[in-house]
Amino acid sequence: MEAEVTFRVDGTSHRLTVDVRTTLLDALRERLGNTSAKKGCDHGQCGACTVLLDGQRVNSCLALAVAHDGAEIVTAAGLASDGELHPLQSAFIRHDAFQCGYCTPGQIVSAVGMLREAEAGWPSAVTAGQPADGGSGGSDGPTVGILTDDEVRERMSGNLCRCAAYANIVPAIQEVARG
Amino acid sequence: MSTITPRAMGQALDRLDGADKVRGLARYAFEHPVDHPAYLFPVQSTVAVGRITGIDRSQASAQPGVLAVLTYHNAPRLSTEDGELRVLQSDEVAFRGQIVAAVIAETSEIARHAASLVRVDYEGRTHNVDLRAEVPGHREHLRVPNEVLPLFPMDTAEGDVDAAMASAAVRVDEVYSTPWYTHNALEPHTTIACWTEEGFTLHLSTQGVTGIQAGVAQAFRLDPSQVRVISPHVGGAFGSKVYPRADVVLAAMAARSVPGRPVKFALTRQQTFSLTGYRPPTIQRVRLGAGSDGRLTAIDHRSIEQTSKLKEFAEHSTRATPSMYAAPNRGTQQWVAELDVPTPTIMRAPGEASGMFALESAMDELAIACGLDPIELRIRNEPDTHPHFHLPFSSRNLVTCLREGARRFGWERRDPTPRARREGGWLIGTGVAAATYPVLRLPGSKATIRADANGRYAVLIAAVDIGTGTRTALTQVAADALQADVEQIDLRLGDTAYPPAAEEGASAGITSWGAAICAAADQLRQRLATEHGGTVPADGLEITADTPENEYLKQYAMHSFGAQFAEVRVHEETGEIRVPRQLGVFACGRIVNPKTARSQLLGGMAWGLSMSLHEQSVLDLRFGHVVNHDLAQYHISSNADIGAVEVHWIEEDDPYVNPMGTKGVGEIGIVGVAAAIANAVYHATGIRIRDLPITLDKLLPG
Repeated sequence: MEAEVTFRVDGTSHRLTVDVRTTLLDALRERLGNTSAKKGCDHGQCGACTVLLDGQRVNSCLALAVAHDGAEIVTAAGLASDGELHPLQSAFIRHDAFQCGYCTPGQIVSAVGMLREAEAGWPSAVTAGQPADGGSGGSDGPTVGILTDDEVRERMSGNLCRCAAYANIVPAIQEVARG
Repeated sequence: MSTITPRAMGQALDRLDGADKVRGLARYAFEHPVDHPAYLFPVQSTVAVGRITGIDRSQASAQPGVLAVLTYHNAPRLSTEDGELRVLQSDEVAFRGQIVAAVIAETSEIARHAASLVRVDYEGRTHNVDLRAEVPGHREHLRVPNEVLPLFPMDTAEGDVDAAMASAAVRVDEVYSTPWYTHNALEPHTTIACWTEEGFTLHLSTQGVTGIQAGVAQAFRLDPSQVRVISPHVGGAFGSKVYPRADVVLAAMAARSVPGRPVKFALTRQQTFSLTGYRPPTIQRVRLGAGSDGRLTAIDHRSIEQTSKLKEFAEHSTRATPSMYAAPNRGTQQWVAELDVPTPTIMRAPGEASGMFALESAMDELAIACGLDPIELRIRNEPDTHPHFHLPFSSRNLVTCLREGARRFGWERRDPTPRARREGGWLIGTGVAAATYPVLRLPGSKATIRADANGRYAVLIAAVDIGTGTRTALTQVAADALQADVEQIDLRLGDTAYPPAAEEGASAGITSWGAAICAAADQLRQRLATEHGGTVPADGLEITADTPENEYLKQYAMHSFGAQFAEVRVHEETGEIRVPRQLGVFACGRIVNPKTARSQLLGGMAWGLSMSLHEQSVLDLRFGHVVNHDLAQYHISSNADIGAVEVHWIEEDDPYVNPMGTKGVGEIGIVGVAAAIANAVYHATGIRIRDLPITLDKLLPG
């Protein structure tokens, strides 16, 4: 069974007919030729396929294309504009926050989404005041302060890096977070 | 052999492909644009050993969009003795997950669905997949491996270990084991294969385009010139992409059945667990005998591992032991058991990663038994020359690494008493272990340099960059070899259109390829001087050279060394284990690019943590397959698992290893980490874990 969908990907509109079994990731990679998001596990377990879907970071391998007609999608290729790299992209290069580069577009898109979440006050599992932290949660609720090492590590743990550039990813993101 | 003067080497250059990688524009194998591709999906056996009694492909073939269903009945006959490559050649099944059929279809969705409709019936036989059933006493399947890395003897023996053990004042005699580890490079094994009148074009995720070319050419009875392999970027490999395996052959077979049409084949994450190799589990016995002063009188290390019945692959887990410590009585022995399992393969620091867990845990146990500091114990047993080869080391800075690491880590403040440090319910401990890896060079590389009259150099070699930073580091080597600036170098790699190259492996890339580039640069200079008055002619000049022999190999033992430190916290109530701090000091010769080398060492240390605490392929003994075959259940270290990591290195000037003075940094980062963490866990808790991984159930009472 097939269906027609329209997406805006990195600022360009596309109309295409997809098999209803086609994931958003496969639609991007196999149908639209945008291979910035990567397939590492196809099960939402590694994060290599992370894109911004209507502004939020999602695993595009877990999204069916047919379910997102009309969506606005941003990949790492679309973060760079007019040949200028996004500050996170430059920071990843400076800090050598990758080796093979396969998880990297997903890491960077995920970091963009994560910084927005933190700015919006979303707590993580290690944010002070969380029940998991042993805090009361209480009337004050959790506090999202500066992005400490542990905050970045926790919030970025949905993106696996088998080369294990984590010790460089954390300071690269913090540098951009500090502005 | 002359050495080259470092100008570009030593500079912390950003990766040359960085801007492509951060945008996702660097093309990996499956991303090469092709017109009108077909898609391939395999069917895997559901028995571990047996015979196919029937295949019904009618339902699959009837699906709209299915182009072909391959089975052993209709697949092309192959010409290879490599059991792992003999895909669809008979009705025999040798391991669970072996490819027994495959569907080629118009889309990946159709191929995958149709593959699920292929019905295969089997006559299963009793299988044996359990290495632990092969321990002494049940040794019918054990034998000495036919081959390990040829530079090192399989087994070694000197003196009389048994007699020395009997008379030793202090003894350690323990069994250590390591599990079945799976590489899990983030990019699964992928291929785009196309068959035309000229032969095969393979866009492939591989560590060695030249080796794949040879393997595929042989299997299909072609001349290597009829197989072109292209691999500009590889999304991690770690050993799993060195040898050609069934997936490559199957993709090529499929391409043959739809001539002119590119066939795309990406293994699923789950499929990689049975089809792409793994680090074999080991059971190791280490015996150490020493005087009460800690001076070793005996070192004996034996290892039992597994291989498949299709093909032998043996890690050499005891390989490092004869290079480490002085003792008059020494022995190593290596055994493999042939089981009904997939064939294991190279995995980061094959041999050393497993073997040094056992040896360096045993050294910690000996230090405790002697009442000595574990660093002091190692210093007391430092050999003057290589204990087995009786050659001087080209350079050996193990003691420097241990001392420098101790200083930086704050080792002198350590109270050696176990369970002495507690903070808020956490027991805190620290541990140390030594690391080593040999300096290897792999045969079969050539490099071409084309100089043009404008001062630019094209450097061509079919090497690959699997993420190690080859593209950047080798450009720096070429610049220094040619006494030019990095900007003058145009390095091209990852394509069999260029001169052949050894695979990226064994931390030997820079040694093998760099030495060929240096040789070509030398010859270029000579030709320019003798025939062209020192000036590049208007139509340019081209030179091709092989990796030269190294005459010093017979005179010196060549190894990298390092010291690994770890701090662990173990929760008293839950047994949760955290590693807030790792520190490594390494002596790896010249560092070509401090930025990318540091990343390799960091990555290796994280791999060590991951193998210590997280990773284990769990086998279902009833069916013979890995049950936790995805990234949710086979946990590899995530960002939150890694704490503060410090990497340092000792300046080393070794003129004997190669013209660059490099020793390789890809493997040594993982070596010794598991022992350092296990030793730290003992220090924290008083519990000695000899079976990896160290999981919380092993630390909780009862």
